Amino acid sequence: MEATASQVIDLIRPFKGQTGATIPVLQAIQTNLGFLPPESFDLIEQEVGIPASKAFGVATFYAQFRMTPVGKHLIKVCDGTACHVKGSETIITAIRDHLKLGAEQDTTDDMHFTIEEVACIGCCSLAPVMMIGETTFANLSFEKTREILDDYSGKEA
Amino acid sequence: MADKTLIKVGYASCGIAAGAKDVRTLLEEKLAGTDTGAELRQTGCIGICFDEPIVEIHDDKGRWVYRKVNERKAERIFDEHIVGGKPVEGFLFHELSDGTRDPKYIMFKQQERIALANSGVIDPEDIDDYLAVDGYQALEKALKTMTPDEVLQEVMDSGLRGRGGAGFPAGLKWSFAKKSEGDKKYLVCNADEGDPGAFMDRNLLEGDPHNVLEGMALAAYVIGSDEGYVYARAEYPLAIKRLRIAIDQARERGYLGKNILGSDFSFDIKVKEGAGAFVCGEETALFASIEGERGMPRIRPPFPAESGLWGKPTNNNNVETYANVPWIIRRGAEAYKGFGTEKSTGTKVFSLAGKIERGGLVEVPMGIPLREIIFDIGGGIPRKREFKAVQLGGPSGGCVPASLLDTSVDYDSIVATGAIMGSGGMVVMDQNTCMVEVARYFLSFTQKESCGKCTFCRLGTLRMLEILDRITAGDGREEDIGELETLAEQIMGASLCGLGQTAPNPVLTTLKYFRHEYEAHIKDKQCPAGVCKPLITFHVEADACTGCTACKKACPTDCITGSKGVAHEIVLDDCIKCGSCREVCPTGAVYTR
Repeated sequence: MEATASQVIDLIRPFKGQTGATIPVLQAIQTNLGFLPPESFDLIEQEVGIPASKAFGVATFYAQFRMTPVGKHLIKVCDGTACHVKGSETIITAIRDHLKLGAEQDTTDDMHFTIEEVACIGCCSLAPVMMIGETTFANLSFEKTREILDDYSGKEA
Repeated sequence: MADKTLIKVGYASCGIAAGAKDVRTLLEEKLAGTDTGAELRQTGCIGICFDEPIVEIHDDKGRWVYRKVNERKAERIFDEHIVGGKPVEGFLFHELSDGTRDPKYIMFKQQERIALANSGVIDPEDIDDYLAVDGYQALEKALKTMTPDEVLQEVMDSGLRGRGGAGFPAGLKWSFAKKSEGDKKYLVCNADEGDPGAFMDRNLLEGDPHNVLEGMALAAYVIGSDEGYVYARAEYPLAIKRLRIAIDQARERGYLGKNILGSDFSFDIKVKEGAGAFVCGEETALFASIEGERGMPRIRPPFPAESGLWGKPTNNNNVETYANVPWIIRRGAEAYKGFGTEKSTGTKVFSLAGKIERGGLVEVPMGIPLREIIFDIGGGIPRKREFKAVQLGGPSGGCVPASLLDTSVDYDSIVATGAIMGSGGMVVMDQNTCMVEVARYFLSFTQKESCGKCTFCRLGTLRMLEILDRITAGDGREEDIGELETLAEQIMGASLCGLGQTAPNPVLTTLKYFRHEYEAHIKDKQCPAGVCKPLITFHVEADACTGCTACKKACPTDCITGSKGVAHEIVLDDCIKCGSCREVCPTGAVYTR
């Protein structure tokens, strides 16, 4: 935990004194650590001067921010309108089944994968799509999705 | 002597998603290993997303567009065309799914490109490419030969209306911010393209970011602003990257920053990354987000022109609105009015997606019928299925049925159908799309995205969603339709911002045009489109089945029996009703009941 705190402090110090910095501060932490560790909010108050309550309020308002650690591979599966009409539900089922995720569970027990449903990643004409890390996979089917996940199951981030 | 051969790889998000990275790497390696003198360049999206990855070759014989290029094809294109000088016929654009080929770019025949003129043509990461196509000429013309009033007049005369959805006249909006007193004014570009199913702004920023920056600089010159923000979705990393590169380059060349082109006008732009909130597309919520607050809308008045970002006079327009401005200043208001209708001038960019043969990005003159966009440009519905509706305007919009396909694409005609022009997302639906489920989908979206400030939006959308959930689950009640209508009216009347005021639109338009589908769910406990799982089972019609095994291969649970030449059958106990079999069946033998 000590190590995390000093990491967070290093990340947020440059924002001291900036106006409108709440979102960039949170983004800086999450980009580097993958999530917002609980101690972040007190540290933001101490180091940047943004009240912890405000930072927490902002963090819980926006879809981007998460408070729990993510797996090695973050799967963003698109459920935008085009993907929805072209069967994203089947893709979501394929991923959840294949990774044996429970109803409320988003990260596999071995911390290898995290699934996140997103509203639209803007690749609508190639629907249905998902992203794993920075890579986008298009024109998915049930079978193709499973094959892609298998490719990733042995892979490091 | 011909110029050297140019290889262009479509390198926008759509191209990369389809595999352009591997193709580009292969071509780069091949180029490095041979002495062809050819040059490889990247471009943004040309709009033919369904055929990505696209590789274009410009040589002494002309322009060749290769479609769906993979590494294997790229290898042959390189060896036979670049080295051998002979185009690989079979890989060229464009081939229709029925096997016929149309070498003339059928998708472009009815298009007019103003905002998208350079997208897919120039390298968006190279300012010299932009300058070579008259880039920053409008800014230079304005700063050297026009007063801010003259620029404003030109935009007013052009009739340009806001492309974010509502269609408010851009020039008039600018005049409000211009008139506001104050030494500090802000200029904002809304690139928080939150409508699921829309990707116009992403492509404009990925394909031609300088054009948007130039439009912003012109608007800033008019209203007297020295500081601008682009508020972009964090989900668009490539657009943000290219925007930042463009801003740095523009600054270096003196098109942004202090005393632009030696004038008294100074203006600079910052990029703010959104953090995922649909409501931030609403301008006052967007300002709150830039200020580092929860993105909740504010009461108007005061309007942003008087008190916007940080309480200062602010002008905010959508990406596409700004993208039209340089053209208008270069070519004049009269030329712009040559496109479109009297009240909706110019062109509009649409993203075509869903159940459509040729999905992609198109720009058409206002006033052309929906039918032409969907059937002539988009190629209609795949697998000869029946068109059912087109969804316009995302969660704030509505579904336009087949009977209204001749509706002219302009602000007023579309509003008359109950939908809205919106930012330009067009999602096409076929006979296998359930309109009640589509309405449920949108309500679940707006319900999640409601910021919670207004009670009717926060709770009303939840009540509507609950009703739609039970209708699609087969538990609909007789009184549900009436209740949906009452709630819709209340939410629209008692919400502060556009999100709540328009959230019921998808339900109202589907009720208006597809009421029978609601009634079938509620009274007969049937889903006519065969989508709502609790109400359907999948079957194969033995007479129509050829035993081709396509469904058997596609079935994720292996619950289809039969073999080559023998009619298939679905074992219902193991069927998860995913519909994969119906999607792939070439003879339409899979049905639901």
